[in-house]
Formats: sequence, structure tokens, C-alpha cells
Amino acid sequence: MELKRPRAAGALAGLALAVTLTGCGGSIQDSTAAADTKCGDLNLAINPWVGYEANAHVVGYVAKTRLGCNVNYKDLDEQVSWKGFGSGEVDVVIENWGHPELQKKYMKSAGGDGSAVDFGSTGNEGVIGWFVPPWMAEKYPDITDSKNLNKYADLFRTPESGDKGTLYDGDPGFVTNDEALVSNLGLDYKVVYAGSETALIEAFREAEENHKPMLGYFYDPQWFLSEVALVKVDLPDYTEGCDADPAKVACDYPVYDLNKVVSKKFADSDSPAVGLVQNFTWTNEDQNLVAKYISEDQMDPEDAAKKWVEDHKDEVDAWLKG
Amino acid sequence: MLEGVAQRWRSLSLLTVVVLWVLAWALFRDHHTLVLDGSAQTPVFDWLGDRSDWVEKSAASGSNPLINFAGTLADVVNEVFSWLQGMFTVAQFPRPLPQFGWLGIIAVAAMVTYVAAGWRTVALVVPSFLAFGVLGYWADAIDLLLVTFFAVVVSCVFGILLGVVMAHSRWFSALLTPVLDVMQTMPSFVYLLPMSILFGIGPAAAILMTLIYAAPPVIRITAHGIRSVSPTVLEATDSLGHSRTQRLWNVELPMAKRTIIAGINQTMMAALSMATIAAYIDSPGLGQPVLDGLKRGQLGTSFVAGMAIVIMAVMLDRTMTAAGFRAELAARSGRTGGPFRRVGLGVGGIATLVALYLSHNYVWANEFPSRPDLGTPLRDAVDRFGDWLRSDLSGVTSGLQRGFTSHVLNPIQSVIADSPWYVTALAILVIAALVGGRKAAAATVLCLGLILGLGLWNHAMETLTACLVATIVVVALAVAFGVWMGRSHRVDVLLRPLLDMGQTLPPFVYLVPILILFGPNRFTAMLAGVVYAAPVAIKLVADGVRAVSPNTIEAAEAAGSSTWQMITRVQLPMARSSVLLAANQGLLYVLSMVVIGAVAGAGALGFDVVTGFRQLTDVGRGLAAGTTIVLIGILLDRITTYGAERAQNTQTASRARS
Repeated sequence: MELKRPRAAGALAGLALAVTLTGCGGSIQDSTAAADTKCGDLNLAINPWVGYEANAHVVGYVAKTRLGCNVNYKDLDEQVSWKGFGSGEVDVVIENWGHPELQKKYMKSAGGDGSAVDFGSTGNEGVIGWFVPPWMAEKYPDITDSKNLNKYADLFRTPESGDKGTLYDGDPGFVTNDEALVSNLGLDYKVVYAGSETALIEAFREAEENHKPMLGYFYDPQWFLSEVALVKVDLPDYTEGCDADPAKVACDYPVYDLNKVVSKKFADSDSPAVGLVQNFTWTNEDQNLVAKYISEDQMDPEDAAKKWVEDHKDEVDAWLKG
Repeated sequence: MLEGVAQRWRSLSLLTVVVLWVLAWALFRDHHTLVLDGSAQTPVFDWLGDRSDWVEKSAASGSNPLINFAGTLADVVNEVFSWLQGMFTVAQFPRPLPQFGWLGIIAVAAMVTYVAAGWRTVALVVPSFLAFGVLGYWADAIDLLLVTFFAVVVSCVFGILLGVVMAHSRWFSALLTPVLDVMQTMPSFVYLLPMSILFGIGPAAAILMTLIYAAPPVIRITAHGIRSVSPTVLEATDSLGHSRTQRLWNVELPMAKRTIIAGINQTMMAALSMATIAAYIDSPGLGQPVLDGLKRGQLGTSFVAGMAIVIMAVMLDRTMTAAGFRAELAARSGRTGGPFRRVGLGVGGIATLVALYLSHNYVWANEFPSRPDLGTPLRDAVDRFGDWLRSDLSGVTSGLQRGFTSHVLNPIQSVIADSPWYVTALAILVIAALVGGRKAAAATVLCLGLILGLGLWNHAMETLTACLVATIVVVALAVAFGVWMGRSHRVDVLLRPLLDMGQTLPPFVYLVPILILFGPNRFTAMLAGVVYAAPVAIKLVADGVRAVSPNTIEAAEAAGSSTWQMITRVQLPMARSSVLLAANQGLLYVLSMVVIGAVAGAGALGFDVVTGFRQLTDVGRGLAAGTTIVLIGILLDRITTYGAERAQNTQTASRARS
């Protein structure tokens, strides 16, 4: 006992010394770069789809590297994000798909409490609609007109829809009028909820690969369209106000001008990021490219954003002006 | 003899009920089925939605003291948590790295394990920690550990206290039990939104949400442990003139120590199982990469992060079990270890301090090395596996799915959900009375009445069907595999790690491969429920079969029974209570997958719950659906529990007579 203790301690000291020596040169030093305190925290909500991530990380990367902001990404749903405007936990929602019900609650212009402010278009156009896999559009060219859908209803029959055709819908968070559309257009279909974007994508992927019939709700911009170029089915044209009464909708979805929404608090602050968020616009192609880096190429979102920003210096400079 | 007649009479009555039910269905199907449109609102939904609105408004205006208190609580939790993160996982300006890095953390973990569970367990804990880093999720893993520990520590502080009170007070126990039932069966998606309103967006909401689900096991098991302290021991100490507090500290708690540790273990597993759901409201930890993989269509990413969760779960489970064993040993022998252990503690303590020092001061000991990297090859392999599933197997599997759905699921669902509601309600009531007696019937009336009142009857019946069918499959699997494992030690050793994995892998991870194979539909969702519930049920049956006394087996062998006779005449009947328990637990586990199943096409109540979380206009519907799921859970639990009690009584009665 008496002997053991010093021996063990000696061995340990030796080990510690050896370890210290091998590690020398890599000691941790405080960062000497002066913190740019002018920007401070920038709280970016990350809503759960890849295109959104692309927008958010590009803006976040620019804010961090060019403006010295401390960017916090928060993985949140749309509804929770908007609630966060009021409490100051969320500054920016960088891609918003309409959401009239949230506007009504949080935007002054729509009669809400005014905690949310519209910060203009992202330049992206959002298209929602019904899609079929490319092989079907090729084999049945007239299927892309919704008037002909009843003719093909038998093709789409599954045990989920009984003797009707199946129209797959996606995530419960998505904007959808599909149940009303099916009944108002007199279609021999039943809406079946695939339940998530992942489920829809896997189903479409399988349908194209094994040439199985499938009709489902989808949208653009979406990275998956660069893997399988789904073909849109035309519903009766959208006219202003034709979707005013959700129960009587019988027309296509409008083209969404995707926009940025920020908190009132952020909009009124003198953070340099205010200008950046306000000026940020890009094209659907830009977003799809970054989304592809993230999803298909499995790049870290930050690296994906860095790559795009380095390749597009002029666009980025334009966001930072003014 | 009499019991035999009663049994036969009961089976006959059950059969009659089912036949009458099917007849009524054939005559009146599709009438009075109470189908509710996808976007329809009812006064009940509106009322529930208004409650949620009220909470939000109060939180914003700061007018309600209780809600303000929640806010203060959240601030405290966030403060402590961000301090912990600054210590271990997040760099805080101007320091480029956290205060302590991997070397220090591993050393502390090893030291704690050594003290609590012995050096053998250290040999499990250290490689587990290294695995987190090598898989590429060091910081996420430590974050998850922090969240879990935070939730578990708070659960235990309050849980053990509540458990003690429950053990001593009958009325308190009667009051708390239904609350615990609700905490455990309410789908967590239902309270994601209220939590983020009450506690803000951040770790506090995630931790407190985890707490709700994780606290019940430690409360229940503590109460159970203290109640089962032998009355003779208590009498003996009472005669020594101990006060009630003395009795608690000196006798009850020490004697229940091992049971309580088992309860803490259960609480820890429950907390870990919330990792993915909590990530929906930005909880730090391994849940985030699991969801990222799901969102980006990357099977491999989800799988690797999921495996890290499995490793963590197994590590914590084994450590707690070893710690419980050690506590028992120490309590019996009254010793805390010999001189060898004292040296070990001293050396370990110094080494830990050195490691902490190094990880504070040197980059190499702070930042986990990026090589070797096991995560990327594993991820790529899983992605290739996914491609293979997609291209080569889905032909066969979709036939299976169509066949099962058309010939099994659809007919059963049609009888339950397409019969007029009063026919179905009456049939369920009569079945409940036949199986579980008067008490079960009373519970059924109450639950069905409330389900009816909440306005989601048709969806409730669809969900009920899926749960019942899935449970039948689970019980069949449990009996088959349980008997196989119970009879052979080698099979048990082989299968148990797989079962552990099935139990702890986040369901989202295996949902995607099942989705690839079978497409988005009820079958896929059901299958995911089976995968989640089967391991627990199998383990219960296996343990039951193994517990059959060797004397009975020998006697049966001497009487010349064949293997088949041995299983059907001796082992299964003797393990009957385990099989019944497996059915009960299987049901509840399947039910807890209803919401996750909705992500893969289950529809019905699960979909309503998710809609309530995602859509502002459907908050009320989500709350109603969540409550309906709780009611279904209580209904099924009561019927099976009372049914099992009755079966047990008949069995012991007939055994006593023979």
C-alpha cells in the first residue's frame, strides 16, 4: 500500500508530461479579433425544408463573415417561428409561403398584433400543384390536364382509396385545398395523406423507378425536382379571388411570391443585418443549386453556403449595399 | 370444472358479439359513422383552440402570475443550460473552443462510472464516448447527454419525493395515478406548441417537455419499491421506536434503493427517447441530425446519428444497472471497497484533473480529432443499402402490403369504423364487460363517452383498428421469439442486443426504410409500430418463460412430453401472466407510435395531432385528437389489465382446486 501510491503517481506524472509534450504548440488562445459588436445576435429560424435551409445559411454566412453577426440558427416549424417574433427569440423567417392565417394573427396590415413585418420578396416563385412522374406524362400525354384525370382514375387505385384513385398529399403543415378541389372538380379520387415530405419523395422516386402510377401534391422550388423532373397537372386557371372560400375552391393554386418576414423589433433595430435581409433576393436556380449541395452532395449547409457565396461575389455585394 | 364452463361460456359470448357486430355492420354500414371533414371545425375544437390562444396572450402580456412563473423558470433553466454548454460544447467568445474538451469529458465520465459502477463498466463507457466522436457527432452527443441529465436529475428530485408520498398515502396515489397515465400516453406533439409558448423557444422548453414524459417511471417505481419493503422489517424497526422520518431514511429508502435505481434507469431511457421529438422545437442534441437526414432525404445521416443514440442508451442502461447492483452489494456487505479501490480512486482522480487541465489548454485535447472517421463510410453504406432496397425489393413488398391491407386491415377497419357509432360502441362495451368485468365496463363507458364528445369518433376508430391489428402481430411475435429465447440461452444472448437496438433507435430512422419498401400507407405505419413495440413484448415473454420453475420442467420431461407439448402445455400456460403483460405493454407502445406513424401515411388521429402542431387553424383539433389518443390508451389498458387480473384469479383458483 505504502509502496504503490508513489509509484502510481509517478507513472501518472510521466504520462501527463508525455501527453503535454506531444500536444505542445496547440494551446488554446483567446481570439484577438475585435468583436464587431454592432451587429450582435441574429436569430434565424430554420423551417423544415431544404430550400429554406439554403436561403437561411447563405444569408447567415454573409451576415457572419461580412457583418460580424453572431448567427443563431433555430430549427423550428413555421407556426412556432412566428410566435417567436413577439418574444424576440426569432428575428427572421427567410422563406415564407403565404400563410394568411399567420399574417392575420401577427401582421398589422392583416389585422394582427404587429409583431411580424413583411420584408419583401426573396425573388423565388413558389408553385404548388399536382404532379405525376415523368414516365406517366410521356405514356399518357393528356394526363396533365385535370379534366382527363377521371379517365385514368383506375390506374391510381390503391387499397388506401378503395374504388377511387389516390391523390397523395404531403405534410400537414403544407398549404392545401386538395380535399375541396377533388370534390368541387367532381374527380373520382380520394386524398390520402402520405404525412410528410419524405414520404412523398420516396413514393415519387419509387413510382418513377418502377414505372408505377402516382399522382401527388408537390411544389417548386424543391431539390428533388432536379433528381426526378415531375410533371405538373394543370388545374383550372387561377384567377384573383377564386380561392377566397376554401370550401368552394375549384381552381389551381396561385403562384406564391415567396417573401421574408421579420420581427418588428429587428426591423426597427440599427443592426447592419436589417439591410442584408431586406436586399436579399435570388433565383429559383440559385436556391436549387445550394439545396442540391446540401441534400444530394451531402455538404454541410455552412459549406454549401460558403461555396455559393464565393462563386457569386457580385450578387452578394449588391445585398450589402445601401 | 366450474371455471372451465365459465371460460367456455365467455368465449361463446365473445364470438356471438362479434357475429352480431358483423351482421349489424352488413345491414347498416356507412350510416351514422360520424365522419368529420379534413378541415371541419367543431365547437369543441374552437373551445380548445381558444384555451391555447388565451395562454399565448397571457404569456405575451405577463398578466397571469402562474404563466410569468413559467417564464422565470425557463429563464433559469436556459441560463444554467447555456453555462453547461459553454463548459462542454459551445465556444463562447472570445474563447474559440468550449472550456473543456473531449479528453476531459471522457475522463470525468470514466471517473464517475468507476465510482458508481466499477471498472468493468468503464471499459464500456470509454469506447462509447469515443464512438460518438468517431461517428462525427461529438458535440451533438454531449448536448444530448446534458439535456438528458438535466431532465433526469430534476425528474428524480421531484419524482422520488412524489413516489415516497404516493407509497404512504392511498388518496394521493389515487390522485396522481391518472395524471401519470396522461403524462405517459399523451402524444408529445400535442404539447410541443404549448411548451414553446409557456417556456419560450430554447433548451428550457425541450428539457421541460422531456421531463413530462420521463418523470412518471421514477415516481411509479419508487412508490412500488417502498411499498414492497417487507412489513416484518418495518414492524421490527417500529418496535425500536423509530420516528417516521427515521424509518424512511434508515429503512425504507435503503431497502428500496435498487428498485429506485431501476426507476431512474427507466426515466433515463424515456428521456432519451424524446430526443428526436424535442428537436422539433430546437432542442440541442442528436435529434437534430436525425431530423436533418429525414428532411434532406439522407437515410445514412439519420442512421448514423440514430446509432449514436443507441450507443448512448445502451451505455447508460448498463451503467445504471451495474450501479444498482453495486449499491445492493454495498448495502448488504456494508463495505465500500478495499485498499485497491482506494488507490484506483486516487489515481483516477488525479488523472481526471490532468485530463481536464489538458483539455482546457490544448486544442488537440479539446477538439475531437476528425480522423479516424467512421461516420462517413457508414453513412455511405446505409445510403447504398437504401438504393438497393428501392431498386430490388419494392416489387415484392408492395404486393405484400396490398394483400394485407385489402384482406386484413380494410375489412376489420370497415367493421369497426364503418358501422354506426352506437353499434361499435355497444359491441366494445359488451366485449369489455365480458373480458374485464364490471370495472372495465365502467371505464369503457366513460372513455367512449368522452371520445364521442371530442368529435373525432371516426378517426378514433380507424386508429383503434390499426392499434389492435398491430398488437395482435406484436403478441404473435412476442410468443414466438419469447419462447425461443426463453428456452435457449444462446438465442437470448444473440437476440437481446438486437432488441435493445430496436427499442432505443429513434423510430424516424427505421421509418424511412419501411417507407421505401412499402410506400406511404397505414400498413407502413403499423409495421413501424410493430418494430417499436415488439422488443419490449418479446423480452417480457422470454423472461416469463425462463422463470418457469425447473422442477416443473423436469417433471414434465419425466412424464415424456414432446417439445411442442412442453411449450403449449407447460411453459406458455405457466408464463401466462407475462404474455398478458406483454399484450398490455405492446398495446401501449403501439399506441405511442400513432403520431409518428402519421408521418408515413397512417392518417386518422396521428395526422390530426401533427396538423394541430403545424397549422394555426387546427390547434383545437390537435388537442382533441391528443386527448382522444389518451382515452383510447386508458380504455385499452383498463380492459386488458382487468382482463388479466380475472384470468390470473381463475388460474390460481383452478390450480388450487386441482
